[in-house]
Amino acid sequence: MSPHAAPLAQVRDLRVGFQSPRGLVHAVNGVNFEVRRGEVLGLIGESGCGKSVTLRALMRLLPAARAQISGAITVDGLDVPSLAGSALSAYRGGTAAMIFQDPGLALDPVYTIGQQIGEAIQRHQGCSKAQARAQAQDWLEQVKVPSARARLDNYPHELSGGMRQRAMIALALSCGPKLVLADEPTTALDATVQMQVLLILRELQQRLGMGAVFVTHDLGVAAEICDRIAVMYAGSIVEIGTAEQVLLRPQHPYTQALLASTLHGAQRGTRRVGLLGAPPDLVVLPAGCAFAARCPHAGNDCTQSAPRLVARDGASEAACWRLDVAQVRDGAAA
Amino acid sequence: MSGAPPYAVDVAGLRKRFQVRSPSVFAKPQVVHAVSDISFRLERGRTLGIVGESGCGKSTLARLLMGLIEADDGSVLLAGQALGPKPQQLTAVRRKVQMVFQDSFASLNPRLTIEASLMFGPQVHGVPSDAARRTAHDLLERVGLEPARFAGRYPHEVSGGQRQRVNIARALALKPEIVIFDEAVSALDKSVELQVLNLLLDLKAELGLTYLFISHDLNVVQYISDEVMVMYLGKVVEMGPVQSVYAQPAHPYTRALLASMPSMDPRQRTQAAPLVGDPPSPIDPPSGCRFRTRCAYADAACGQTEPLLRWVAASAPLSRATPTADGVHRAACHHIPVPGGDV
Repeated sequence: MSPHAAPLAQVRDLRVGFQSPRGLVHAVNGVNFEVRRGEVLGLIGESGCGKSVTLRALMRLLPAARAQISGAITVDGLDVPSLAGSALSAYRGGTAAMIFQDPGLALDPVYTIGQQIGEAIQRHQGCSKAQARAQAQDWLEQVKVPSARARLDNYPHELSGGMRQRAMIALALSCGPKLVLADEPTTALDATVQMQVLLILRELQQRLGMGAVFVTHDLGVAAEICDRIAVMYAGSIVEIGTAEQVLLRPQHPYTQALLASTLHGAQRGTRRVGLLGAPPDLVVLPAGCAFAARCPHAGNDCTQSAPRLVARDGASEAACWRLDVAQVRDGAAA
Repeated sequence: MSGAPPYAVDVAGLRKRFQVRSPSVFAKPQVVHAVSDISFRLERGRTLGIVGESGCGKSTLARLLMGLIEADDGSVLLAGQALGPKPQQLTAVRRKVQMVFQDSFASLNPRLTIEASLMFGPQVHGVPSDAARRTAHDLLERVGLEPARFAGRYPHEVSGGQRQRVNIARALALKPEIVIFDEAVSALDKSVELQVLNLLLDLKAELGLTYLFISHDLNVVQYISDEVMVMYLGKVVEMGPVQSVYAQPAHPYTRALLASMPSMDPRQRTQAAPLVGDPPSPIDPPSGCRFRTRCAYADAACGQTEPLLRWVAASAPLSRATPTADGVHRAACHHIPVPGGDV
């Protein structure tokens, strides 16, 4: 793919605030990223960092009455914030499709799997019921649901958790979306099933050449599926780069702390010290770097103004005033 | 303590079945075999990690040990005392065993302040309120929550990590010897999870506690446990010292579980799923070895006889008579070459 080709999705200065009794909650504060065709961008971070809100803004799922949204979102040439009526319906499902964390809640309990996938195909492609059913069966086979034909007539509660999540992936992909938005799609699954579902997602995404935004708090899952990773903290991207750059050579102190907090093959007896403290209050955001209060490298200048993402040679882009200090320490530790 | 029983937990032949509503009144009643013939011993001051996928019976096991549900068969000795069906017996044992649940919000009374929640248990057991309040403040300090700031708050006024610290403090209020954690850190963010795990390690060292730590996260279990027990469909398939089980997993299921852990390195992605399909329903578990329907090594023999736990590690077993969790690595599989034969 030529680097000059237009990206599939582009987000510019996205800001989302929610009304609350305490004041405006600044959930997303000026997020910029692009997703190229055939690429998986991971959004990682801890609860409340704005990763799911960003995803919902892309899918136009935020409540208009309570959410204040600004910024530009373009997906496949469409100006997403201005979509309305039938254009919005065609966008949701046809251009962008979402896979949720809990298939038990996202699937309708009173319709069979075949009816739900078939309905989406009929609505978007205008084909007959029989054709839609045949396509639904084909999609269930693609996500490796055993005896797919019989499963079409099952209700969601008759399927196991892994099977339900596969059915939801089939539903999301059934109308040929160009952009897949996945919100912690494997978090609720057992370890052995999680790996199966991840491999199916990765294979289909690569075969069909879809772009994807993959939200997860699990760095291991991100390593398995993401091409590029954006790390979010307090509603901003603090680091963005290829998966290898971010996970193997993290630049931002928060990414470093997140990796240090992740238990991975940690032997007993070797004490791991993670991140202390808590994220800032999103109603009253600090003036400078939002991470400064918890950062081991923070100085007076860090609380003055917010840092911007800066690229360094061969490394990811990170938003930090103290990148040199953070790197020296990192190098010494390694 | 002289004359104290050597084991904090001693479980023999524990079984629990649940009746499930049948699809029709004429159909044979369906039975879930949640826990089938589980035996293990845990020495004082050790941590046993229990891992397995949903439906493997690990939470049922925890509830059996707490006396929250009654076993169909088998015996449980906690700190030397039998867990019996009589209420007096339960009250005596419950002072020694406490539990921390996954959902930190659901397990606290929303209408009690944190201080009142911490005082409730001791007061039920006859501690005067002044003493109970002092203990509550000590405990808050110990779990890293400033009493002056947190004692008067309600559960919804603190974060998830802080709430789980309150639950841990409450579990310690009766000075238990054994604490059972049922997915106690699973709902927490990674950085908070590590803080809470480190707190648990400190408390254990300070107070000489024995932990049973149930989790589906193998990394967490490896970090905190001395021994590990792997369950599949109500059975123990492998147990032993954590280093031995993680370094040389003997059972095909344990190997698949470990291989399902993501690598954390984008250059070494998993290429093939270590297991296909979902765990079968515990309502009608497969005959013989319960894992055989998903096992790559299964043959005719696996469907006929149930494999017993046999020792697999090269280290000499301390006791060959009973299945224990005291340093012997055991697995239940017909296909494991066994150095020492059946135990």
